[in-house]
Amino acid sequence: MVTEHEPGDDPTETETVDTARPGADGVTMTDLLTDPTTASTVPADDGNGTTGSMSPEPDRATTDPAPVAPVLALDQVSFYYGAFRAVKDISIEMPTHRITALIGPSGCGKSTLLRTINRMNDMIPGTRLEGSIRYHGQDIYGSGVDPVEVRRRIGMVFQKPNPFPKSIYDNVAFGPRLMGFKGDLDELVESSLQRAAIWNEVKDKLKQSGLSLSGGQQQRLCIARAIATQPDVILMDEPCSALDPRATLQIEELMAEIKENYTIVIVTHNMQQAARASDFTVFLNMADDRAGYVVEQGETIGIFTNPQHQMTEDYVSGRFG
Amino acid sequence: MASTPQSVVRPVIQGQLGRTRPDIAGMVFSAILLLSLLFSLAIIGILLGDQLTRAMPVFIERGTDFLTSPLSSNPANAGVAQGIVGTALLATLVALIAFPIGILTAVYLEEYAGANALTRFIDINIRNLAGVPSVVYGLLGLAIFVTAFATLGIGNGRNVLTGGLTLAVLILPLVIITSAEAIRSVPTTLREGGFGLGASRWQVVRGLVLPAAVPGILTGTVLALARALGETAPLIVVGAVLGSFSTGGSIAELLTGPYTALPVIVYDWARKPQEEFRALTSAAIIVLLVVTFVINAVAVILRNRYDRRW
Repeated sequence: MVTEHEPGDDPTETETVDTARPGADGVTMTDLLTDPTTASTVPADDGNGTTGSMSPEPDRATTDPAPVAPVLALDQVSFYYGAFRAVKDISIEMPTHRITALIGPSGCGKSTLLRTINRMNDMIPGTRLEGSIRYHGQDIYGSGVDPVEVRRRIGMVFQKPNPFPKSIYDNVAFGPRLMGFKGDLDELVESSLQRAAIWNEVKDKLKQSGLSLSGGQQQRLCIARAIATQPDVILMDEPCSALDPRATLQIEELMAEIKENYTIVIVTHNMQQAARASDFTVFLNMADDRAGYVVEQGETIGIFTNPQHQMTEDYVSGRFG
Repeated sequence: MASTPQSVVRPVIQGQLGRTRPDIAGMVFSAILLLSLLFSLAIIGILLGDQLTRAMPVFIERGTDFLTSPLSSNPANAGVAQGIVGTALLATLVALIAFPIGILTAVYLEEYAGANALTRFIDINIRNLAGVPSVVYGLLGLAIFVTAFATLGIGNGRNVLTGGLTLAVLILPLVIITSAEAIRSVPTTLREGGFGLGASRWQVVRGLVLPAAVPGILTGTVLALARALGETAPLIVVGAVLGSFSTGGSIAELLTGPYTALPVIVYDWARKPQEEFRALTSAAIIVLLVVTFVINAVAVILRNRYDRRW
């Protein structure tokens, strides 16, 4: 199952990505600083030809919400573990069918923030959220909202690949089965695995355990599993931190392809990855009270080439963090 | 240093890498470890060997007749048939009662109950219950189950049902603890994967946590069952029959009439004055051990089978 506009747009996009990648992949931090555009902006702009021109002007510090309404809007979000405030006053908008990267030093609350977006933190006792997170305008923490329904629309891929101890087929079919999927399950499994760019590697061993795959394959299987439930948004919590560079590249290419259909929010420690793969970047840092807050956000190119804050510049150039 | 020829460096390095003094503490420690192992093995070996030598004449002389004969005061005719039937019935009852209740309790404690003071208090108490002497459970069974059955008019209450209930309660804490540990050992990432796909708690527990915990749960519960079947004291307290009796054919009578079990027979025969019962006692012990080993083997087979499913 391939979407209609993909055959037209996709080849150019992958091509552009491919030509941009070799340069980006081997860059050092200084290379990245002097010329990050090859890595980040080309796929970002070419990837979506339908929704008006996203100006790559580096001095734009905030996103222009005009071209597309945001899928997700965080407004003054603070999150508490008991008395400890992990993040404070976070306001971010995540545009449709774009990749938003959350970057920042360890412990600044990136993962916590990501997990508030599909209410995964509900599972942890003693936690509390202030502010609002709106998904297509609806407050997902509003009364009467079922977190299970939220998670069906806002899927998640985790830091450590976590395939279920089931066959590859059953891993992908797990979500659709939960939802009482009525259509052709075989076809859905195949198309999900194809979109996750792993079909060719696993098509002859769908009955084998998902755990028999390599780390990179497991993570792509987890992405296929998330795709199979046909979510709207995919949250990725450092999806490549346990993977080698080649598998990382595959995941990034995959993200560039599937953003046609999904809005992606990714937490990453890897600034090159944020520069290469994302359209928008949110830089968080820790305040004196150890609560994470947004230092700066905007189009990725702006954050990396012309940061407005000294702290951002120090971080993206590798001087701290 | 880079200019020093290898022929000079090598002997020096060899000297440095060579053992300078024997690791006495390490050797003593491994010797102690080995001795502990041998000690346990020796005890089991002597016990088994002793019982086997005593029991062999019975098995050689009587063959399967020993297994199929009922209890008798005449050593030449006495067999353990009723004990085998009783133990099998008890095993079934215990499994039917203790496994579901214990596993469901464990699921509740691990997956549903909040991590608060009350849960911890309950958890500690279950652990304490596992250490209560079995004869105390026998008294509990007598006070509650036997009285209840007698009040309801189901025989005199001293039947295999009350025995099974008593043994089930006896191993319940063990079943809960081992199942809870098996459930706890299922990685959180697996649960998160399920929740992240929009699974409800029930779907995560049913579809992911329990299948992953099954091998551990099976091992723990079946081992607990094996322990229950070796218990003598609680069964004597709740009225398993010492000595010979006969059972009728009907299932109702089997469940509500007098009953006995292998360990009770062992206890009974061991007290008998006649010399012939010594060998019979050993033979009954061997039968009981075989039953226990078979149950443990079933646990291992089941675990391996579920492990291999993916």
